[in-house]
Amino acid sequence: MTLEFSSEEILETVEMIEVFNLDVRTVTMGINLQDCAHAEPKKAGEKIREKITRLAARLRQDAKDIELKYGIPIVNVRIAVTPIANLLNEASVDDLLYLAQVLDSAAAEVDIDFLGGYSALVQKGFTSAERALIDSIPHALSHTERICSSVNVASTKAGINMDAVYLMGKIVKETATLTADRDGIGCAKLVVFANAVEDNPFMAGAFHGPGEPEAVINVGVSGPGVIRNVLERMEGANLGEVAEAIKKAAFKITRVGEMVGRELSKRSGVTFGILDISLAPTPAVGDSVADILEKIGIGKVGGPGSTAALAMLNDAVKKGGAFASSYVGGLSGAFIPVSEDAGMVRAAAEGWLSLEKLEAMTAVCSLGLDMIAVPGDTTPETISAIIADEMAIGVINNKTTGVRIIPAPNKGPGEWVNFGGLLGKAPVLPLKDGAAERFIRRGGRIPAPLQGLNN
Amino acid sequence: MAEKVVITVLGKDRVGIVAEISGVLYQNNVNILDINQKILGEEIFAMIMLVDISLCKVSFAELKEKLEEKGQELGLKVMTQHEDIFKFMHRI
Repeated sequence: MTLEFSSEEILETVEMIEVFNLDVRTVTMGINLQDCAHAEPKKAGEKIREKITRLAARLRQDAKDIELKYGIPIVNVRIAVTPIANLLNEASVDDLLYLAQVLDSAAAEVDIDFLGGYSALVQKGFTSAERALIDSIPHALSHTERICSSVNVASTKAGINMDAVYLMGKIVKETATLTADRDGIGCAKLVVFANAVEDNPFMAGAFHGPGEPEAVINVGVSGPGVIRNVLERMEGANLGEVAEAIKKAAFKITRVGEMVGRELSKRSGVTFGILDISLAPTPAVGDSVADILEKIGIGKVGGPGSTAALAMLNDAVKKGGAFASSYVGGLSGAFIPVSEDAGMVRAAAEGWLSLEKLEAMTAVCSLGLDMIAVPGDTTPETISAIIADEMAIGVINNKTTGVRIIPAPNKGPGEWVNFGGLLGKAPVLPLKDGAAERFIRRGGRIPAPLQGLNN
Repeated sequence: MAEKVVITVLGKDRVGIVAEISGVLYQNNVNILDINQKILGEEIFAMIMLVDISLCKVSFAELKEKLEEKGQELGLKVMTQHEDIFKFMHRI
């Protein structure tokens, strides 16, 4: 046989795609909008629309052509733009809502799934435009389809802006209220960050950072189902051997993303920025990070051992992925969103997965408290306190953490929220409410930790 | 220059699979460079072809569709993929 590949290799690839849900989760085009800044919002809007629809005109079609050529699904096509608050000096909430509509219709025109960058970076304080943008978030997210928003409230270098943390507790609540008819889905499009990265291709937290080029292609891979399948054959192996097997599978998954990124870059003439080697689950059966942890030997995710198993998984994915790509970036680690992962949902419904254990797990993996539904009557101060805890984990450990939490309108513990599609469904988790008011209302800024003084 | 594509056919074994798939390729002027088949497990048939589509009479998308249609007719799954995905995944 003189095929350049063995039949086993070809069948392995085909099986990964056909049986184990291997896909490229997202191709995200980052677009610099700084040159669209204008004192008049209408003028800025015109420039923004023109630039997005020009640069991303062929993005969807290019992604489709690549899917066809290689037989690999590309699940989402997205755009990330310069944090919108950076485009304005003085702006009212109405000005910002106008720009949100412009972004949403530009996104619809080029037929992409999501547009991220309705964002503000306020770890040290607010400009007036940033304050207006944050105030506009609930309305912006409830009156648009494709817009995603993120607010960076903390960093290892700046500390934690507790005024912003308090404000975001209220904004999250208001966003849930304004989308109450759909279980508070607006909150699924809003992330509060510590140490946000500038080249993240994943939503809801993608934006095009100030250090990025004019335009860039970033790619996020997926593939929990592939890793899980590899572990099917690892019964009885020790954890070093398990880590090795995960590394090898992660390498193969990542190579597909690398190929797609290079090809899309070539077709679009836009630089290939980074590959994000995150392990992103979907609600599809088997495409679950929780299922991987259970295969490793954690009987119920959320039980003792979950943090250690996740730490090992996260590290092995990075080691395999880093070797497979020329430029790794973004978030790059395992995600543990609850509603988007059927195994996580199961563990939460059975009472094994608590908010507290999730918080511990976020210390050793990518991102943070993600897609978690809590009771609708949770106070803004408690939401803020949950955000503050998660920000502290990011700031002290010099990593990105985020909070995407949904106070489910009119629902209590044990009831369900259902967002449909990739966002999935989840039971409302119980939490301890109402004891952090004095802490949150103090406001001010928690100073940067010693970890930030590393020059 | 050759443009190489891998065609993978999976399904229940039956008479004429190779002939039928090759027929579609012949009609569209696709050159078969290599072919390999095996039986997986009990009776799952797997055929893998490496073909050159540089002189193909139709576009890649149309060829892919024709092969998928033929697969459906025969009750088989047919995948048509550019060889680069295998190069990227299995060769450093």
